[in-house]
Amino acid sequence: MLAAAFFVPALGSRFYTFLANDVAIWALFATSLNLLVGYTGLVSFGHAAYFGIGAYTTGILMKQLGVPFLLAFPAAGLLAGALALVFGFFCVRLTRIYFAMLTLAFAQIVWAICFKWNEVTGGEQGMPEIPYPNFEWIDGVAAWLPFVGGYRASEYFYFLSLVLVGLCMWSLHRIVRSPFGRMLETIRENAERAEFIGVNVRLWELAAFALAGVFAGLAGGLFGIFNRGVFPDFAYWTKSSEVLIMTLLGGMGIFYGPTIGALALIVLNHQITSYTEYWSLILGSILILLLFVFPGGIGGAVAALWRRLQTRVHHA
Amino acid sequence: MLEVRGVAKNFAGFQALGGVSLTVSRRSISSIIGPNGAGKTTLFNVITGHLRPDAGQIIFKDRDVTGIAPHDLCRLGMGRSFQRTNIFPRLTVFQNVQAAFVSHRGRGFNLVAPVERLYREETEELLEAVGLSRQAGEVSGFLSHGGQKQLELGIALALEPEILLLDEPTAGMSAAETRDSIALIERLASDRHLTLLFTEHDMEVVFSIAQRITVLHQGRVIAEGTPEDVRRDGEVRRVYLGEKHR
Repeated sequence: MLAAAFFVPALGSRFYTFLANDVAIWALFATSLNLLVGYTGLVSFGHAAYFGIGAYTTGILMKQLGVPFLLAFPAAGLLAGALALVFGFFCVRLTRIYFAMLTLAFAQIVWAICFKWNEVTGGEQGMPEIPYPNFEWIDGVAAWLPFVGGYRASEYFYFLSLVLVGLCMWSLHRIVRSPFGRMLETIRENAERAEFIGVNVRLWELAAFALAGVFAGLAGGLFGIFNRGVFPDFAYWTKSSEVLIMTLLGGMGIFYGPTIGALALIVLNHQITSYTEYWSLILGSILILLLFVFPGGIGGAVAALWRRLQTRVHHA
Repeated sequence: MLEVRGVAKNFAGFQALGGVSLTVSRRSISSIIGPNGAGKTTLFNVITGHLRPDAGQIIFKDRDVTGIAPHDLCRLGMGRSFQRTNIFPRLTVFQNVQAAFVSHRGRGFNLVAPVERLYREETEELLEAVGLSRQAGEVSGFLSHGGQKQLELGIALALEPEILLLDEPTAGMSAAETRDSIALIERLASDRHLTLLFTEHDMEVVFSIAQRITVLHQGRVIAEGTPEDVRRDGEVRRVYLGEKHR
């Protein structure tokens, strides 16, 4: 899928490149949430906070301070992760709905700060015209190599996003398949029992929260540049619910579930809004259908179908 | 090995434990019995750190461990199984036991190694010992009740405990399952030099394997001693055994 994505600019229109870039970044954002919701069993209603922090970090560093992307991008992850560590310290002390409410409360604080702190964040107006990373050197290289170069900055940025999202997804995949990831699953399955196999539940939950924050921050850092601007609504609760819906739609606890969810939701959104203005009505109906018919999300339904086909082949 | 000194616990005015003391010596098999509501599970939860007692102390291996967290007690060598079956239902049988090894041996913060490769032999060996080798790949939530109890024992043993606390290990089992399960527990305890402390409602089980019995009634110890002592104790007959044989 990643390999196919590289050919989008060459084969598709500018619009498809734009759409694919949007999907790639949201896929990373939703996958980072899945680390919490799907693997640890912690439902966060405020994950957009870290996305927003990442976006503002990269935006401010690149636009106002002229820091190169090479430094501004990892900084997004670091700062988002650091703040997730601080907020998470309080959140993991609570359980279930109280945990969810506190994540939401912290996210609203982040949003309010972005909204009001005019000198730094641009306040309500946000921060338009975040520059692209410097791609001029590529044209220099392209003079020596065939098939490289000749793309627009937005297309170079798309390739860069794919590589970085790919790297982040690979890291997340390693994490959920690691001993650490397995401990998170034991917490999701049975926190009381996890304590009694020696897992310090709060500490592991906090680590998962901070890691999810890091990757959400990195996604945010890319999104600000992609969007050509950073705005306070990046950290608003509707963004948190959007990413939660993607995760549920694709299938939580399935590694590629949120990617499928991001793809489905973004493509549907673009298709449907060109026919009707009642996008939220359609979205609501899809969610109801999903919850009753495919509680495992699209990914869960596909996995179940796959298993059924396999057993049929075995029996035949 | 384990000493409980004057432990008291109240829940909103209700006295669940009113100054309970008992001693468990190394490599012994002891049982706590008592009618429903006598405070057995509460006592277990206090010993294993799930509840903080209002008064009294828990001494484990000559150390005061009163009120320390379950995951720390676990590292000190205290394992437990629960009355309600307590496993990781959507993980496979193999993964349940393997997770216990990973956590206990301090590998739980490793973010990079593939978890499947860790402690394979140890896990297989332990599944063999608790009789679950054939079900290793099954999702544990689909095991029979008896199978889940065996698995719980497997998880507890992966933590290499010195003392194992079992809360009603045969609850909800048929007579045949109970017999097998007790034979298994006895064999594992002697093979692995374990100290056992268990609660049980099945008197036949208690009198067949326990060396020491403590009888709880309304949050207090009313008798303590060998099965013979307890069987002969007048008060025990009156409050507990009597109820059943009347």
